[in-house]
Amino acid sequence: MPNRVAIVGIGQTYHKRGRPDVNQAEMVGEAVRAALADAQLSIKEIEGVFFSNMETFEGIYLPDHGMAAEVGSFGKPGLKVCTGGTSGGSVVVEGFYFVASGLYDLALVIGFEKQDCGDTTAAITAATTPVWGKGAATGAIGEFAKQALSYMETSGAKEEHAAMVRLKADRGACRNPYAHLKLGLKSVDEILQSGYLVWPLRLLDFCPQSCGACALIFASEGSAKKITKKPVWVADVEVVHQEPFRAGIFGDPTGQETYTQHVACERLYRRNGITNPRKDIDMAEIYEPSNWEEMNLYEHLHFCEKNEGWKLIEKGITEMEGEFPVNPSGGVIATNPIGATPVIRVAEAALQIRGDAGEHQATRDIKTALATALGGPNWTVLTLLKRSL
Amino acid sequence: MAERVGIVAVGQTKYHPNRSDVNEEELAYEVIKQVLEATGLTLSDIDSAVTCSQDFWDGRTISNMNVQHVVGAHMGHEDKVAEDGINALYVGMSQVLSGHQDIVLVVAHMKESQGEKSLIENAAFDPALMRPLGLDFLSTAALQAKRYMYKYGITAEQCAKVAVRNRSNAKNNPFAQEPMDITVEDVLGSKMLSSPIRHLDTKPVSDGACAMILTREEKARKLTSKPVWILGASNCYETHYLGDRDLANCDALVKAAKKAYSMAGIKNPLKQIDVAEISGEYSYQELLWMEGLGFCGRGEGGMLIDSGVTKMGGKLPVNPSGGVLPGNPNGVAGMTRVAEAVLQLRGEAGDRQVKGAKVALAHGVTGICGQHQCVMILGNT
Repeated sequence: MPNRVAIVGIGQTYHKRGRPDVNQAEMVGEAVRAALADAQLSIKEIEGVFFSNMETFEGIYLPDHGMAAEVGSFGKPGLKVCTGGTSGGSVVVEGFYFVASGLYDLALVIGFEKQDCGDTTAAITAATTPVWGKGAATGAIGEFAKQALSYMETSGAKEEHAAMVRLKADRGACRNPYAHLKLGLKSVDEILQSGYLVWPLRLLDFCPQSCGACALIFASEGSAKKITKKPVWVADVEVVHQEPFRAGIFGDPTGQETYTQHVACERLYRRNGITNPRKDIDMAEIYEPSNWEEMNLYEHLHFCEKNEGWKLIEKGITEMEGEFPVNPSGGVIATNPIGATPVIRVAEAALQIRGDAGEHQATRDIKTALATALGGPNWTVLTLLKRSL
Repeated sequence: MAERVGIVAVGQTKYHPNRSDVNEEELAYEVIKQVLEATGLTLSDIDSAVTCSQDFWDGRTISNMNVQHVVGAHMGHEDKVAEDGINALYVGMSQVLSGHQDIVLVVAHMKESQGEKSLIENAAFDPALMRPLGLDFLSTAALQAKRYMYKYGITAEQCAKVAVRNRSNAKNNPFAQEPMDITVEDVLGSKMLSSPIRHLDTKPVSDGACAMILTREEKARKLTSKPVWILGASNCYETHYLGDRDLANCDALVKAAKKAYSMAGIKNPLKQIDVAEISGEYSYQELLWMEGLGFCGRGEGGMLIDSGVTKMGGKLPVNPSGGVLPGNPNGVAGMTRVAEAVLQLRGEAGDRQVKGAKVALAHGVTGICGQHQCVMILGNT
């Protein structure tokens, strides 16, 4: 019987395109201090520190080493993981394993990215194989333009539906004190008038490059109950990667592809007795780089039937006030500090369970929440959180 | 620890200055194939893979992407650790102990020949304050060596003895890149790179990979007749700014060792440990790290090498494999130390075997002047 693990502290920075006022380490320190304050712990009590960051995005090698003084990791065990967009999901999973193993009682898990230090898209194009991939490298925008087109073709979704997803996200972001883009969008038309990045993907259809950090404190069952009255339990995690040389990685016009989300959900849902995700789970914080991908993910995560993702947004089901809220925080399309992004998904889902999300708290009571991460060639990391186990 | 984690197979490449004949995934698969064949497992039996590589050295963002298919992670569980590979083993150990993963494949791979060492290392320093000084790991190691030698009266000859013994030991290691018969005079006469560090005080550019399979005790006994147990492990960060540290000390290593020793029930390392494999890209580091590991008192690393305790046949042989100096890639080197410790405990170390070894120590290091240290204690009973 594995040890139970709870989240007992949550902290994040505000997110912004540029943070010239701080260096990487100082920025991460802000999130760490916020998480410690939330848990009413001192850094002395933390036993291990685990980091997530994509070092090529900032051009800083071994960035976890550089911030040992500012985040208080010196003299403590820890390490950094790095798996692309899923890095933050991977570090949550590692923090969970380290506490579940009994090796640590209290672990600090940190995700961060300071994208004003480097050129993320240039770095992403360096992810492909050097021999034959470089000429075809497009970065994230090109991939998600293909996804949007393929989703439009197969599902029957219209541009208006994508715009409705963006409106929902912006409403959430405007109520979230930590969100990056708070645009105050008022109508679908406003979004449909924004320029194309790569057809059919518009500027307002896609996530920004943000600077920011998010920290979580994981505790063993015994410690968790002493630290907080509102522990959020990590019920289960699942990681599914795949090999990178596949066509239609994000969007598949043939409809024949198996996605990592399908495999990850099947495993996680089976282990946790989830037969109808939209009933058995109360809300989700998902990693949606674009509004089109959000509708696609509704289907892949089995929140609805295939080709019906757009109907969820049309019916308002995934709104903050809806039956199954998705990304009341404003999501990735509003805030995307990549190494931190999946950690923020877990943090926001945990805040919803605690009832501490403030202005963007979902209307319905949240007892169970799903947080997802997406990265690399469409890899998936899932974290299932519960108010009680 | 409720249950023990067993290492059931290890694989290493022969370390080589330039493996331009293979790409990263082909290099990684060479060692993965070895551990699969040794255990009779297939990639579909792997519950979780932990890889170790560095995006900066690979020149590729998400450098684990290209190895997914060779580690069994297509529609499977994989994670990448961006420190020395010994830390990937630590992650694998936590996964098994958590009860959530059963059979874990750990792989570290690196082709240093593809990277520009000094440029990459310079990117690890504070961008505003330290990078413009042109620092790299060699120039800062030189600062550390000077401070260590000045504070404790360690001599260049004592450091050179490390280089001589390790390259000599490497003659018994079929995986070693540069086994050599050299003398202290050869080391002291070799080209000065960054005073006081000379050419033979450091390691050559190296390409290679290392893999292992970990599992829980019960399964380990089924998969091999000679499982090796992880008795204790920990790692630790040192602070970053060189001025914040006394470079003659290695507090992070002291802490990592203390925790690993307490898990393994080691009170007197010199007595209880039969063989040690210690990482260090520079000769002085082995002396300094031995102090951190408690093999001797502070400042006594030089005396320890003079005494012969650490040579083959001594009370505590250090680096029968030759260690890192004859050539291991950074990022793999610490995991190679574990692989060598496992071979010792299985009695499969050939001409470099320490007779009757029951408890072994393996050590890995990442970063500037040993900023991140990891210690693992292994046993065969």
